[in-house]
Amino acid sequence: MNAIGYVAVAGQVMAVVIGAPLLTGWMRQVRARLEGRAGPGPLQPWRDVRKLLRKEPITPVGTGPAFRAAPALLVATTVVAAALVPLLSTDTPVSAHADLIVVVALIALGTLALALAGLDTGTAFGGMGASREMTVASLVEPTLLLSVFALSIPAGTTNIPAIVSSAAHAPARLASPAGLLAIAALAVAILAETGRIPVDNPSTHLELTMIHEAMVLEYAGPDLALVELGAQMRLTLLLGLLSSLFAPWGIATSASWAALAVALALLAAKVLLLGAVLAAAEVFWAKVRLFRVPELLAGSFLLALLAVTASYFLNGAA
Amino acid sequence: MRTTEAISTTELPCRVKELLTGGHRLALIAAHHDEHALRVVYLFTAGPPDTRTELHIHLDPDRPELPTLAPLSFPAGRFEREMRDLFGIVPQGHPLPHRLVRHFHWPRGWYPMHPDAGTPPPFGEQEGPYPFLEVEGHGVYEIPVGPVHAGLIEPGHFRFSVVGETILRLKARLWFVHKGIEKLFQGRTIAAGLPLAERISGDTAVGHALAYCLAVEEATGTEVPDEARRARALLLELERTHNHVADLGMLCNDAGHAILNAHAQRVREQLLRLNREITGHRLLRGGIVPGGAALRSVPDVRRLKAIGDDIREITDLALGHSTVRDRFTGTAVLKTEAAQEIGCLGYVARASGLTHDARVAHPFTDHGTQLDIPVHTGGDVLARFLVRAAEIDTSLTLVEHLSLTLVEHLADGLIAPCAAPARSPAPGERGRSGVGLVEGWRGTIATRVELAADGTLARVKPVDPSFFNWPALPVALADTIVPDFPLTNKSFNLSYAGNDL
Repeated sequence: MNAIGYVAVAGQVMAVVIGAPLLTGWMRQVRARLEGRAGPGPLQPWRDVRKLLRKEPITPVGTGPAFRAAPALLVATTVVAAALVPLLSTDTPVSAHADLIVVVALIALGTLALALAGLDTGTAFGGMGASREMTVASLVEPTLLLSVFALSIPAGTTNIPAIVSSAAHAPARLASPAGLLAIAALAVAILAETGRIPVDNPSTHLELTMIHEAMVLEYAGPDLALVELGAQMRLTLLLGLLSSLFAPWGIATSASWAALAVALALLAAKVLLLGAVLAAAEVFWAKVRLFRVPELLAGSFLLALLAVTASYFLNGAA
Repeated sequence: MRTTEAISTTELPCRVKELLTGGHRLALIAAHHDEHALRVVYLFTAGPPDTRTELHIHLDPDRPELPTLAPLSFPAGRFEREMRDLFGIVPQGHPLPHRLVRHFHWPRGWYPMHPDAGTPPPFGEQEGPYPFLEVEGHGVYEIPVGPVHAGLIEPGHFRFSVVGETILRLKARLWFVHKGIEKLFQGRTIAAGLPLAERISGDTAVGHALAYCLAVEEATGTEVPDEARRARALLLELERTHNHVADLGMLCNDAGHAILNAHAQRVREQLLRLNREITGHRLLRGGIVPGGAALRSVPDVRRLKAIGDDIREITDLALGHSTVRDRFTGTAVLKTEAAQEIGCLGYVARASGLTHDARVAHPFTDHGTQLDIPVHTGGDVLARFLVRAAEIDTSLTLVEHLSLTLVEHLADGLIAPCAAPARSPAPGERGRSGVGLVEGWRGTIATRVELAADGTLARVKPVDPSFFNWPALPVALADTIVPDFPLTNKSFNLSYAGNDL
């Protein structure tokens, strides 16, 4: 039984690490096809990572430990979060530690590491990107927390596996006003956290409009590979979390090999579907003016707050 | 049509003031090295009716000095700086006596356009740092961008002084791609000058080639048949269309709405293929020749209509998208007075309420009633988008109209390349000159040509509208936020190559 639990944890980490570039490639391919372009195929991000890993490592003159540690820290925090968050199974040896606040803090730690690295380069773009990223992050992290709180109130715990398994047993709760508000808030927060349109444009080459990319402009070679892989893993992780929280069907709640296999297949299907929906939405959206981003994020925070309030009162009535 | 006045340096400011207040605009200033003297030509234009006035000033080659016109006309001040860098002619009392064209590593006292300049010398010591004006104050920081950019953009250095995200000041430093085109023209035959003119700014092959040909034809007294003139107008409008379509798409792309860009580039590709059918070259090179035009076919009207509908759908979708429209609206406003004072041209000027268009002011053929000049007064990115969208409509209508009148001539084989101008120069005749004024897609192109006694090019001075429009970009960007710069830059879409020459 314990073996299955460890396999589930390893499976989650592997799924996120291996699946992240594939998800990004898949989203780009969906977008390319919708825009009438051929697209390079879903394997392109993996080819990019392989190419970058083979290059010699170069660090700019004058950068310190913050710059060098950030890529590893980004990937490491995401790997730990991927091990904790219930993507395949709610019953793993580490599920007792998978507290919501821990997971959000791990994600914030990765963001912070990159922002410090951006400042460490001492370039105008690094500083500008770090400043913008921190502005966005300060609005996003509370929303991430609050929107999941809305679900933790009925479950009576902030332990994410417990929230997911209680939701899996009472799916009607997800269709409640609180659940729907929380989905909307969390979705917007994830868009902002992963630097997607309408907040940031991951495919732009225009330095001056960048948020995430501006921070990491000075990275090259294997470090850049880690930064890109880290960013892709965060997207995969957060989409996986979104699907576990709001569509928990199929997730393994007990230790069995069959349940784990089903959970893996369903996770892949759900994340790919979410990715396709996101890519399709990005085709129809445009990037909002930078000064509108706080309005958008304040809106999502408000939704999360409403979700918590609704969840609290509905729970109290019941 | 073109009047020439030889005047002295002391009379110059008075006469220029008179011309400018009389509705003329400064089109170009060009210096010339004659055998024993330096000569500066000031070309002023007005229209309609098409009026061109030239002022010629002779300078002492040992002490080449001029009274500056900078207080009277902003573009004149820039021409004077260009002239000082290339010829060593000193504008006395110029308010900004810094280098403009010659970067600081070029040795002091070496003037590339001087007859004895020789081959370019090795780079010298930097003559001090570039005098960027530093903005001081709490929280002000600088963002240096370029000259090497992340995308496929020409080289230019931008220095932003920013507080928070708001641009306080922008300095654009250009002339990284100064290729010495004016020098390269010297001594070429008329035919050999044409490929160079087509390459002054790669996206304006027709505009620059046409301005060059009009100037050469005036200098040689060549008459161009009426149908060739109409064929030239057709090519000019085709060039406007494919450039405008590409830029409208890229404006949407810069607002993060990539699908409209994908479709705009699809339409542009159709237009480029059409261009190849018409002239044998996707960017319409070779379509305009001295003395005529060379068309292989004329565009099919039904195809043009389909393309026009496609473009209209794309612009409607862009303007109907609330986020895209919000990004365009009120972004980087260039006020009418500013545009007027800077001497803006083309769609930049027409989006700020100025109506100047060389097709009306200096027509080389009759455009009929189809020519409609769209003007907006907003001065923001939206206004520039709307002007260009409307210009595409006008251009396609003109192309359609011109195609219909040209079809019959094509069947007769009339629009073949005409013989190059053949008037042999009279012995001892010298200083034959001509001026070409063309509304290229960016704005009015002015080219002035002087021929030597043997019929080769003695001096060619092309002026791309970008030279006039570049200073407007920093003015429009004051109080705009940094992330809106790429959008603004694209809405101006100025040529680096055409400016740097």
